[in-house]
Amino acid sequence: MIARLQQVDKVYANGVVALRGLDLDVGEGEFLSLLGPSGCGKSTVLRLVAGLGEVSGGRIEWSGGNGRPGDIGFVFQEPTLMPWATVWKNVLLPLKLRGVPLEEAEARGREAIGMVGLDGFEHAYPRELSGGMKMRVSIARALVTHPRVLLMDEPFASLDEITRFKLDNDLLALWARQRWTVVFVTHSVYESVYLSTRIAVMTARPGRTASEVAIDAPAPRDESFRTSPLYNEYCRSVSARLAEAIRS
Amino acid sequence: MSGGSRMSSVSSIEPKRAAVGDLDSTRAATPPRRADVWGAARRALPPVALGVAGLVAWELLVRLKEIPYYILPGPLLVIATLVKDWGTLYPSLLVTLAITGAALLVATVAGVLIAILFTQSRWIERSLFPYAVILQVTPVVAIAPLIIIWVKSIPLALLICAWIVAFFPIVSNTTLGLNSADHNLLNLFQLYGASRRQVFWHLKLPSAMPYFLGGLRISGGLALIGAVVAEFVAGTGGVQSGLAYRVLESGYTMQIPRMFAALLMITGTGIVIFLALTALSHLVLRSWHESAVKREG
Repeated sequence: MIARLQQVDKVYANGVVALRGLDLDVGEGEFLSLLGPSGCGKSTVLRLVAGLGEVSGGRIEWSGGNGRPGDIGFVFQEPTLMPWATVWKNVLLPLKLRGVPLEEAEARGREAIGMVGLDGFEHAYPRELSGGMKMRVSIARALVTHPRVLLMDEPFASLDEITRFKLDNDLLALWARQRWTVVFVTHSVYESVYLSTRIAVMTARPGRTASEVAIDAPAPRDESFRTSPLYNEYCRSVSARLAEAIRS
Repeated sequence: MSGGSRMSSVSSIEPKRAAVGDLDSTRAATPPRRADVWGAARRALPPVALGVAGLVAWELLVRLKEIPYYILPGPLLVIATLVKDWGTLYPSLLVTLAITGAALLVATVAGVLIAILFTQSRWIERSLFPYAVILQVTPVVAIAPLIIIWVKSIPLALLICAWIVAFFPIVSNTTLGLNSADHNLLNLFQLYGASRRQVFWHLKLPSAMPYFLGGLRISGGLALIGAVVAEFVAGTGGVQSGLAYRVLESGYTMQIPRMFAALLMITGTGIVIFLALTALSHLVLRSWHESAVKREG
């Protein structure tokens, strides 16, 4: 178990009730997707799991850590890069902030950049990169600390479909190799079915988990899975659950 | 293109990456330098042509209408006077430059420090900002006499006047810049346990840089205006006087060509300051900020 959220409420200062009575377990090594309509508090869940912000009610526990989340990598909806720094400096930022010795930091930086396929672009500035490449930099930055958990907040939502499919595949390949735990927020039924081992379907605001679906499809998955009957079957059933969750 | 060859090398290492669709957009190719120079020359041509035409018309007007030099000297006479009186004008230029430069320097250091102070707490900002505004909106001509009375040393009084005019754009722009760091980046820094100092040095300061440089460019011109205006008010003569006093003095003694020459030097100084600060801004921001980067396509 990585994290356990029990009856979590979150009320923002402006009075918006984002979450009410949300239960969610994040298991070791799983690829968990949070699926729900926009504004249902998916991102709020992610931020709470990351330790960015306090719960208003209920409790949240992290395994192995003195009441704090352990090593976490976070990928935002936007690439969120420092425009004044090169790809290399952006990727190394988390290590720099933690005071990791330079030699080790550089080795890890090279490794992370290699993982996302950006070798040769170390000295480029973010503005010189396409949207998909910026997202790769953002992922490399999240991976550079060797996190146990990778939290991703609709990371590919603003990308075109071709790029998104490509990044989906690369992410799956990395996950199959590294086996971190991934919590992935999305509003796309298709993306969640394709990527996840488990999907938590959330209700409209105030958000809570309406139902959970395990996706028992063999890994590694590739493009052939997208056209398989099993995939279609899961998409149908998850769509039905989502529609039901929005109604309730 | 360099990016293209990189892409193929990536895909040859790992066949699976052959279809790296999002790697397609290669890095911006640097445009050839020659084209840059030609482009700059072409852009400069219209204003330069207009300026030359204006000067010729002016000279012709003065000569054909036989306008006396003490009403309107022609540009050639102004240039001749500039050369002839260089011995008097040049020391004055140095005085004005010294006051302007010192005022801009103090305005920059004090402005940035005040802006940093503002961003430490909303309360400090709320308490002090209105007074910065009051200082800014009060015409310096109106308070210069007081400052000159209060401060014994004239150069120091002039410096203070120029500083009052120049510091506000730097304070307000830098404050805005320090407060406009990307919120998600702030979250990211928090997530990785960054200290306040790290957030300041690695996030807030770089975020504020374009704003600060924009303020600096405005302040450069204002420092010169402040120095000139204050000197007009002070009206001090002697060896230690700047260009503004040369303008005044020429007016009193009807040496209108010299007045024009001094005026020309003030304007020239302003232009040089502006160009220098623009170049500085471009140099600092060229690799990343939209304002300093050529649009593609």
